[in-house]
Amino acid sequence: MGGWRGKILRVNLTKGTSQTETLDPKLARAYVGGRGLGTKILYDEIDPAVDPLSPRNPLILATGPLTGTNAPTGGRYMVITKSPLTGAIACSNSGGYFGAEMKFSGYDFVILEGRAKAPVYLWLNNGAVEIRPAEKVWGKSTHETEDRLREETHPEAKICSIGPAGEKQALTACVINDKHRAAGRSGVGAVMGAKNVKAVAAKGFQSVQVARPRDYMAACLATVRKLKESPVTGAGLPKYGTPVLVNVINAHGFLPTRNFQQGQFEGADKLSGETIADTILVKNKGCFACTIACARVSTVKEGRYTGAGEGPEYESGWALGIATGVSDLGAVTKANYLCNELGMDTIEAGVAVATAMELFERGYVPESDIGRPLRFGDADALVWLMEEMGHRRGFGELAAQGGYRLAERYGHPDLFMGVKKQAFPAYDGRGAQGMALGYATSNRGACHLRGYTISVEVFGIPKKMDPFVTAGKPEVSKLFQDVTAFVDSTGLCLFTTFGIGVEDIQPMLEHATGAGYTLEECLKVGERVWNLERMFNLKAGISGKDDTLPPRILHDGIPEGPAKGMVGKLTEMLPEYYQLRGWDASGVPSRKKLRELALA
Amino acid sequence: MPKTLVIHPERCTACRACELACSMKHHGEFNPSRSRIQVNIFLEDAVYIPTACTQCDQAWCAKICPTNAIVRDQATLAYKVLDDKCVGCKMCVLACPFGSMVLFPEKGKAEKCDHCLSIDGDPECVKFCTPQALEYLDEENETRLRQMATALKLKETHAYEEVTV
Repeated sequence: MGGWRGKILRVNLTKGTSQTETLDPKLARAYVGGRGLGTKILYDEIDPAVDPLSPRNPLILATGPLTGTNAPTGGRYMVITKSPLTGAIACSNSGGYFGAEMKFSGYDFVILEGRAKAPVYLWLNNGAVEIRPAEKVWGKSTHETEDRLREETHPEAKICSIGPAGEKQALTACVINDKHRAAGRSGVGAVMGAKNVKAVAAKGFQSVQVARPRDYMAACLATVRKLKESPVTGAGLPKYGTPVLVNVINAHGFLPTRNFQQGQFEGADKLSGETIADTILVKNKGCFACTIACARVSTVKEGRYTGAGEGPEYESGWALGIATGVSDLGAVTKANYLCNELGMDTIEAGVAVATAMELFERGYVPESDIGRPLRFGDADALVWLMEEMGHRRGFGELAAQGGYRLAERYGHPDLFMGVKKQAFPAYDGRGAQGMALGYATSNRGACHLRGYTISVEVFGIPKKMDPFVTAGKPEVSKLFQDVTAFVDSTGLCLFTTFGIGVEDIQPMLEHATGAGYTLEECLKVGERVWNLERMFNLKAGISGKDDTLPPRILHDGIPEGPAKGMVGKLTEMLPEYYQLRGWDASGVPSRKKLRELALA
Repeated sequence: MPKTLVIHPERCTACRACELACSMKHHGEFNPSRSRIQVNIFLEDAVYIPTACTQCDQAWCAKICPTNAIVRDQATLAYKVLDDKCVGCKMCVLACPFGSMVLFPEKGKAEKCDHCLSIDGDPECVKFCTPQALEYLDEENETRLRQMATALKLKETHAYEEVTV
């Protein structure tokens, strides 16, 4: 099948062996690849009730059929495993170059099983596989790890790795590749750490072939042009990056401030895309095959915290800054750099700090436990705690487990702002009802990348809907969730959907694979993947009762601003959502729906 | 009319779409290592430099070729390799000081960037370069434009004030 190398590498870390398997074309056809196919493999191979940090939970690195090709943004890979943060399915998606290079090294998927006796890294050398000792880089930052391993392997090797946070199995830990790109959410870095795997390095000279090259290139070029003409992907994102949203969402009144205690932040503009472009931005950068190029290459030369790297993105700047009430761009950017270097998800880490700050200000956590005061807006405390968390020292030991564990430990789980133990991202669901429903029903816990209804509720893409209204949101949520699951399975970046639709992706997928995908089927794949994830979660013990929101979101109105008085009206939407999904009243997919999707 | 592949490294976003476009056009597959244009990424310095054959006026590759397989297109002044003449001796690979001549074992013929002259004369990399870091331009006009751009820069920075004769 076109688009694939046709090979899966299965590594048994316990035994120190590896073997190559053939990619099953029927499964690839039904689940497309990436998120879909990775989830299918995980679902078939493990008991979803397994302890996520045990050797029995595999870590799957998955590419899609468009990864490594000229489809715009065709460079994504995903990390799929059972999440130690949520206990649900985890699929974290990243750009950069690693995904494409893994494919050029010969493998579409890499499955890491068991647990190595001592720290190791995997070297994928143009088809050859080596499990090498990693003692030399154990304890090192992701940046130092990449530099050292490139010296040991190939100067152009692309590397994904964990930092000290992942080594110490912090539930906020992520996998970082190409120094600044993150498979961020759900604690996937902790699973890699639990396997004693520090990194995977790849370099290859092998090709990716497509079924109909001429048609494929024509479809890619048409997509490139559309993305360039879109005001979002062709102008806004390259110029200001994702932080262009800071002022926009603030103006709408649902920019979650100080752990969701307010909906507007007085210091928002100091962290905005416009300010970043005027101050710390060096240039914008693209990931592999990306014609959008939204990444922020930045340097902080002035102030207390200097450094260089990438970021902050909208989500990172929000979690580390606005959620914590810190408006010092230098400190927020420093905290972002520390997350990348120590290997922590910026959202989970930032919200953990915000949770700790509220617990402290309300007197629920004594200063003696922290070792210093921890008030909203304290830039020094933010940077200090980020280091402590990355190394799991002192108060950082617990804080690195995320806001849920922190709030629970101090007896106030209600103060954790998230769903299924995963922190909310940068939109208050009270002000955007579609997001409220999306957060509650997301299969990996609170997440903006599982059904980005902001697209209709703020941008009017493809049509404008009132963010405060619940009517019509269940339908949009379901559609977006399915589309996203499909896009994530192809190997493309979700950001393409600001400028193109499934009708543009379908021709690329079809000409790449030659597998006969129709437009209708692409959406069907998305729905199949969504339901499979749901089935995984049900078997893992997560059910409809977990499709909920924190009491603050459900009952306390946003105190002021344009969204004043709004609450998350979940009960108005959830029953209709279940019905549209073909699930029963408790959120379990019906036999009929599963049969329709060829899942039963 | 003489043409030139103009590279603007300062515009490059390091997406490597050019490498993919090139390898597809000339090898029918996506494989950056088979691309005649390469993006050299200096991640820490935020510097991304695409490099390709500069189409030397005194082309050592062509001069040294024992079978005269490397010929200059009289219209655009770019060089291309005649596959039926190339014997794969690699002398051109040795001669080129920039690494622009390559030879892949499975093909046994030398390759270089020929501005896609061997196919349709429409450089594929340029088509896929969204930030316009690559442009395929009329050489003489481009030279004049560069002179004007340099003058403009001088004017804006007032650097001319410091120029003493």
